Amino acid sequence: MKGILTPWVIDFLWTVLKGVLVALALLTTFAYMTLVERRLLARMQIRLGPNRVGPMGLLQPLADAVKSIFKEDLRITMADQLVYTLAPLIAITAALSAFGGIPAGPAGSFFGLDPWVYNLDVGVIGLLALTSMGVYGIFLGGWASGSKYPLLGGLRSSAQLISYELGMGLSILGLLMLVGSASFQDIVGFQASSGWMILFQSLAFVTFLISSFAETNRTPFDLPEAEQELVAGYLTEYSAIKWALFQMAEYVNMITASALMSTLFFGGYKGPVFLDGLIPGISNWPFIWLILKIAVFLFVFIWVRATLPRLRYDQLMRFGWKLLFPIALFNTLFTGFYLAYLRGLGLWPLGVFSLLCVLLLFVMSDRVRSLWNTPTHRPDAGPTRAAPRSLGGD
Amino acid sequence: MGVLELAKGMGVTLGKMFTKPVTVSYPEQRASVKPRFRGRHILTRHPGTGLEKCIGCSLCAAACPAYAIYVEAAENDPAHPTSPGERYASVYEINMLRCIFCGMCEEACPTGAVVMGNEFEMADYRYRDFVYAKEDMLVGVSGSIPQRREAAQKGKPVRTGFTVPGGVRPELEGVKYE
Repeated sequence: MKGILTPWVIDFLWTVLKGVLVALALLTTFAYMTLVERRLLARMQIRLGPNRVGPMGLLQPLADAVKSIFKEDLRITMADQLVYTLAPLIAITAALSAFGGIPAGPAGSFFGLDPWVYNLDVGVIGLLALTSMGVYGIFLGGWASGSKYPLLGGLRSSAQLISYELGMGLSILGLLMLVGSASFQDIVGFQASSGWMILFQSLAFVTFLISSFAETNRTPFDLPEAEQELVAGYLTEYSAIKWALFQMAEYVNMITASALMSTLFFGGYKGPVFLDGLIPGISNWPFIWLILKIAVFLFVFIWVRATLPRLRYDQLMRFGWKLLFPIALFNTLFTGFYLAYLRGLGLWPLGVFSLLCVLLLFVMSDRVRSLWNTPTHRPDAGPTRAAPRSLGGD
Repeated sequence: MGVLELAKGMGVTLGKMFTKPVTVSYPEQRASVKPRFRGRHILTRHPGTGLEKCIGCSLCAAACPAYAIYVEAAENDPAHPTSPGERYASVYEINMLRCIFCGMCEEACPTGAVVMGNEFEMADYRYRDFVYAKEDMLVGVSGSIPQRREAAQKGKPVRTGFTVPGGVRPELEGVKYE
């Protein structure tokens, strides 16, 4: 027995245990996130929301889980059975495994263990790569359903995710140049010593926020499951636990996006330093700060869902390619330029310039609307006359 | 500016989050019903004498577009009249599953005997329990058949799940809701 438990094996077992813990935490968060979202949406619409199951509706997620597990698992005649079953698994696997890379505290702060499941040197890039794998789940699910609307939803989803992946990846490039590393530890360390990244990269944060809304398929970018046009998009032919797995993947992706935003732009697991004056050491408490920041971002996700209507599909694509992508590119270029030639001035001018760009964008927000509202290419818009319409009658 | 409009919208939703929900938690809280809400029928009596207003003329049955009403008339006993006229309704039944609560019976009634009340909680399990007879609808009977059954089982008074702010309308003379 002693021979088997080499340090490597022990390390491996601990990692597996941490992975299981993270997965359980994520799934619990998902379950209660659905309840919190429904309650908050209801309150924003001056309703009460689900409050019947258990005290204050707190057992509603349990009831939902029991229902979706014991519901009939439909067999779709036209579906490709293997891929149809595999698709939700791919989606949830990619979503769950992506979260493991995010550190919830400094090394060794989780009962002597490191509070992350895996730590890659390419942290951010690896996480983005894993989350983009989730699109396979959605796309394959749409394709394997053997039905029209799921196929359209899946295609839309993959087009949307690929388009916004560019904006997302580009908007963190400036940040990575500032830090000089893609590891989460270094990013958090940089922010602990020189201030939260939102101060220097506010323009990048704006683009990152918008593209994470698109990446997680949330309103106003939830085109893949646009009810009015596509029934339920790629989810149309799914039911019972497979459907729940897709929902799980969506919400876990949302949690991951929130964690990513808090880690990249809002100091990660470190709290604001000025609070140390009140309670010494509070800014170093692990878990609490990350959870708090994630909760704030999740609230923003829900809040936006309660407020904004969905974009039209062509608007979505033009918005991504004509506005978000160039802005992210511009941010990368000027950050690179600044770091190459003006580094001696310190970081503050960069932050001020970034903020000015954001303000300019806000002021111009009506002007740039024509970028995605008017189609630029209309092949059949020649000097043709409209067909004559008869007066009265059909 | 477009972004300001977005911000304004976000502000509206955030503000609404802190207002009181308009939801009425119906079975626990009482719903409020307008006085002219057309609910379960009520057979009224003459206020002074206590005689039934219904004279068994079947005009309500004739007016009913859903054929929900069945009336059988009988001659009044001159010594103990049930109604002030020659005849009275010995059988008066309304099938609440057929009734569409349009109020035509009320309009057709020459004596103002059948009036639409405000009760609406009549959900039940068997078809035959939806046929309301005279003793279920006469003034003074509070609650529907299932409500009265439940009240009898629990030994409590009938609890109607609604209130009528401003009280019932004048045609419903003698009707009181809990």
